[in-house]
Amino acid sequence: MSTENQVKKVSALRNGTVIDHISAKDLFNVISILKLDKIETQITFGTNLGSNKLGKKAIIKISEVFFKDEDINKIALVSPHAKLNRIKDFKVVEKREVEVPDTITGIVKCVNPKCITNNEKVRTKFTVIDKDNVSLKCHYCEKNTNHEDLIYNL
Amino acid sequence: MKNKSLVSIDDYSKEDYLKIIDLAEEFEKNPVSDILKGKVISTLFFEPSTRTRLSFESAVNKLGGRIIGFTDAASSSVKKGESLKDTILTVANYSDLIVMRHPIEGSARYASEVSGVPVVNAGDGANQHPTQTLLDLYSIKKTQGTLENLNIFLVGDLKYGRTVHSLLMAMSMFNPTFNFISPKTLRIPDEYKIYLDSKGIKYYEHDDFTDYISEGDIMYMTRVQRERFADPIEYEKVKNSYILKNHMLEGTKDNLRILHPLPRVNEIDDEVDDNEKAYYFTQALNGVFTRQAIITSILGLK
Ligand SMILES: [Zn+2]
Repeated sequence: MSTENQVKKVSALRNGTVIDHISAKDLFNVISILKLDKIETQITFGTNLGSNKLGKKAIIKISEVFFKDEDINKIALVSPHAKLNRIKDFKVVEKREVEVPDTITGIVKCVNPKCITNNEKVRTKFTVIDKDNVSLKCHYCEKNTNHEDLIYNL
Repeated sequence: MKNKSLVSIDDYSKEDYLKIIDLAEEFEKNPVSDILKGKVISTLFFEPSTRTRLSFESAVNKLGGRIIGFTDAASSSVKKGESLKDTILTVANYSDLIVMRHPIEGSARYASEVSGVPVVNAGDGANQHPTQTLLDLYSIKKTQGTLENLNIFLVGDLKYGRTVHSLLMAMSMFNPTFNFISPKTLRIPDEYKIYLDSKGIKYYEHDDFTDYISEGDIMYMTRVQRERFADPIEYEKVKNSYILKNHMLEGTKDNLRILHPLPRVNEIDDEVDDNEKAYYFTQALNGVFTRQAIITSILGLK
């Protein structure tokens, strides 16, 4: 089944954003990162859909909302294979893949228990030092947090 | 450097290092003046470190500045549960510059972001202690006449020792050769070796003091602490292998100098103290001139 057919399967979207190829287990993290619970327009979710690449995948369709690139790229940490379609008048006007950003603010906890961000009310801030393997250097304690240690701060 | 906080050794460039060293040299010739007259420097020591605090306070006092602050968290509002942010915002009102030491890593960076006045990090947990590194650079320059092309031995705990990591990064700008002497379990972390490789800097690793020390210009000693070993038997096995004794210095170069960030435990035998190559006590005095240089350049007075 092509992506476009699957998009339709959940329900047609006139204007808005479709996020596809989220691995099913990461759906709720993506919802939290994009704060979809705060959005008032219509949102439909599909999960445990078949996908060869990811095992089971999930799809989210958000009506009338277009995200800023920097927001979308935040989900790259959780779901690096996610794809984004912007829809206008039922047509896909833009397709893009998510990209790990250069810096990450909030979202992720620092792995170092002695870091100021784990001891006072300080928002985390990281420089991405390795985009392929998702390795983050803490702006404060300067320790590295690697992909396997990522804990979301949602 | 004016008005810029000094939190991490990376905050300064090679030119900045050289400027601080030149200034420290000036202050060594002329350590007493009133250049800081009318300035108030806060020394906020959220954990005690008498040695570092006295060095800063001596530096400021000799230049006519005033000191306010506290010597450990127990005697301050921190004990009452005040956040670091509130403490810093309050103190920034009363001072021209804040010197702080804090057990939590990244606290100095955070303080520099909330403070309206520059912050000098006097140690944030195991993370950074940049004024120590700058005084080490000054000591090396002073004893060798140059920072370029030196053969530097780093000895002891090379895994956890923040002073050696910062010194390694700073000295890497001056085309050194490094020799690392440490127990296998406390070797220099791979990330530093990868960094040295990327800069084409030569380094050698040894498990023990070797005859190679006859080629050294600087021997930088650090403590090997019992608590760094998961296995106490392992500690007992290696603890005496990293003690520098006087006879080991026979046949070493005349210009070799032994450095140590202090306090030492037993890693340098007392008999070495009288050897002309022992430099660690003078190194501590250099800290005063280096801190005078750092404070005056941040305040834009030099
Ligand atoms: Zn951190």
